[in-house]
Amino acid sequence: MKTETCKLLIIGAGPGGYVCGIRAGQLGIDTIVVEAEKPGGTCLNVGCIPSKALIHAADEFAKLHSLSGENALGISATAPMIDLAKTIAWKDGIVTRLTGGVASLLKKAKTRYVTGRAQIINGKTVEVSTSEGALRISCETMVIATGSKPQELPSLPFGGKVISSTEALDLQEVPNRLTIVGGGYIGLEIGTAMAKLGAQVTVVEFADRILPQYDAELTRPVAARLKELGITLHLATRANGLSEDGSALLAEGPDGAVEIPSDKVLVTVGRAPVTQGFGLMDLGLTMDGPFVAIDAHCATSMRGVYAIGDVTGDPMLAHRAMAQGVIVAEHIAGLPSIWDKRAIPAVCFTDPEIVTVGALPNEIEGSKTTVFPFAANGRSMTMERSDGFVRIVFDPKNELVLGFHAVGSAVSEMSGEFALALEMGATLTDIADTIHAHPTLTETVQETAQKALGRALHI
Amino acid sequence: MGISIIKVPDIGEGVAEVELVEWHVKVGDLVKEDDVLAAVMTDKATVEIPSLFDGRVVELGADIGETLVVGATLLTIEHADEGNATAPDTDAAAASPVAQKEPEEKLPEPAPRAPEPKLPPAAPPVAGSVRAPRAEGAAPLASPAVRARARAAGIDLRRVAGSGPAGRITDTDLDAVFAAGPAAVAVPKPGRSRREGAEDIRVVGLRRKISESMSLANARIPHITVIEEIDVTAVEDLRASMNAGKGEKPKLTMLPFVSAALCRAIDQHPEMNAHYFDDAGIIRRHNPVHIGVATMTDKGLVVPVMRHAESLGPFQLAAEILRLAEAARKGKATRDELTGSTITITSLGPLGAIATTPIINHPEVAILGINKMAVRPMWDGAQFVPRKMVNISASFDHRVIDGWDAAEFVQRIKTLLENPALIFMED
Repeated sequence: MKTETCKLLIIGAGPGGYVCGIRAGQLGIDTIVVEAEKPGGTCLNVGCIPSKALIHAADEFAKLHSLSGENALGISATAPMIDLAKTIAWKDGIVTRLTGGVASLLKKAKTRYVTGRAQIINGKTVEVSTSEGALRISCETMVIATGSKPQELPSLPFGGKVISSTEALDLQEVPNRLTIVGGGYIGLEIGTAMAKLGAQVTVVEFADRILPQYDAELTRPVAARLKELGITLHLATRANGLSEDGSALLAEGPDGAVEIPSDKVLVTVGRAPVTQGFGLMDLGLTMDGPFVAIDAHCATSMRGVYAIGDVTGDPMLAHRAMAQGVIVAEHIAGLPSIWDKRAIPAVCFTDPEIVTVGALPNEIEGSKTTVFPFAANGRSMTMERSDGFVRIVFDPKNELVLGFHAVGSAVSEMSGEFALALEMGATLTDIADTIHAHPTLTETVQETAQKALGRALHI
Repeated sequence: MGISIIKVPDIGEGVAEVELVEWHVKVGDLVKEDDVLAAVMTDKATVEIPSLFDGRVVELGADIGETLVVGATLLTIEHADEGNATAPDTDAAAASPVAQKEPEEKLPEPAPRAPEPKLPPAAPPVAGSVRAPRAEGAAPLASPAVRARARAAGIDLRRVAGSGPAGRITDTDLDAVFAAGPAAVAVPKPGRSRREGAEDIRVVGLRRKISESMSLANARIPHITVIEEIDVTAVEDLRASMNAGKGEKPKLTMLPFVSAALCRAIDQHPEMNAHYFDDAGIIRRHNPVHIGVATMTDKGLVVPVMRHAESLGPFQLAAEILRLAEAARKGKATRDELTGSTITITSLGPLGAIATTPIINHPEVAILGINKMAVRPMWDGAQFVPRKMVNISASFDHRVIDGWDAAEFVQRIKTLLENPALIFMED
């Protein structure tokens, strides 16, 4: 068996693992990244990037479609057609470009990259089955960055017409009737895109509203838009499996049993950490529920073994994994890095989009909340999208901003300002007294802070 | 608007001066009648001084640690009423009306302030000593750049006060920490490192009282200490069986038995239960046995007094010890409960060591120290047997107690404790 040694071994080349590999290489640490699939992980290959590509295509299609009828803008266009196979090929091109980019960045950082499935032998050794046979790698330090995979429902195992988000982002044609089990952000993002592309979409959600992790006020504009797009919602409804002939999803709702004829059933009921089948559990690490427990240096309970990304728990977000990857690499290099982030922005690319950073209303005792609607913003009118609002949660005692939320078209781009403000410890006055360019959607952020201080201008 | 002066009231019991140990207000504070303004300490007890007016504090009359005579100005309050007033300088509780002095009248002479001891220049106050104005557990507010700079320098931002809005720690705040030396707020690192600087702690209040009485005792009294070992197996067995059937009574510790044995030993050695007023050349032998029980509190050592121990049974002694220790630890012991002991017992329990050299509680002439109990192998003439052993370390004023008497007294205590029936037997 071939053997290799290195100082740092990273298992998984998703956003956590590859960023850790690049940073470690930059810091002169002899590093190997092992990845069973392509570099980039869920995010680049079957998650964030592909879904955003699909959403973009769907938006373009829907825009043209709306312009093909009577419209206020006075544009006449013919009804669009879509060849989804071509769209998917275009998406694959982006993915290939990005994953290739990751590979070359690792190379530039002089980090070695091994394709193959890793099996952990002990905390210092893994065995990788590569296309050229087994390879044993010994390391001083190991980083577990194996990520997560779509959660399966026992009553709806993946296969046939029951698909996960991975397959949904690789469909060659738009399904006529798409049923989505799970009204969280993944299901609604894909569902909205498919509805815009002409699918008849039905969402089955066990909770009594969509996006149950957010408050009802924040999700109301999304629910309204889903209705506009003709998406059917079955709330407080449990999916029980496919009908005998496989043509329909059987569910149990508040009004009794429902049978939803479906061509595809997309199950998006969450994601589960990848902890099984590669020797991780044999290390006997301290777990935090299904996740690997870590400290502020991302260290596990075993000396020299670190874990980052989705395998360490919620929020399962690429940017959290990336930040952890940097901290681990710098910590191993002896730099004083530690997890002390104040804000992890979370974006939901539904239509309209939702951004949340920091505390929700009523999450912190004594906090107050101020809302400012996009209806009072000029730029949003010119974009024909005045739905939604910006919301700031703050401490009335010292004006300290505790949380930002926004729902509206294109608000995802506000996440940077929100996160920066929280990391900097901004107060309402800091935001209210910062000039926000006119005419932009971000003026609403300034106005929200001004309103909280009792000096809003445009309302 | 009027100005009123609040004076150090007469606390009673012939107390002529007090030490200021705590301010509850500062200049500019609004106070209401009966709000506590300050705490002062007499030679034993701490007394809180309430406000007699509503108003705003305009001046504080003394610094913490200063000694003030009764009647000295404590602080000045500005109030809304017309005319100036001076608080009656007597105990408000006593409600004995005393002619109020006119404001224009000469104020009482400032209190004779205790001379400021000259010290070598102290280390400058470090920024780290500033309490960061944020709730316990709240993350310090600072930008990522400031946090990174602090991390790199090993500074714990939780200990840095922020001057920015909402208590945000600015780069300038960090500069101040660097100027003071980052060691002040350093994150403790594993391994050894050099530490610099020193901290001056003002000796005030109870600590000063302890310091004074210890100095007095050790300077004046030539101590002789006798250490003896005692087999307490029998008394421990007795204690266990009495505790087993105690019902609602307090749990017996070793101390009630030692107290009882001490009282019985004093019956034969009345010279041990005495006060020696060396200035006057008088030894005053006391008939009652008031045992002082040295008690550790958060603020330091206090000695509450078990009155008439000679008249109490073991459970009564246990109850009294419990009550006094509780009162002392909560700072609720009255002046009466803290004075008048005729002999003292000191015990550090499990920390009691093998032997100690107790310092006599002046003007007493004897003190009994109880050391740690341990099971030791003892030779019974044929073999080693495990026995519960405890040492006692008793100090005596050698000016008035001869070594022979001291040794006899200790032997008497030993005999009583090794044969506990003798403690409860009438002679």
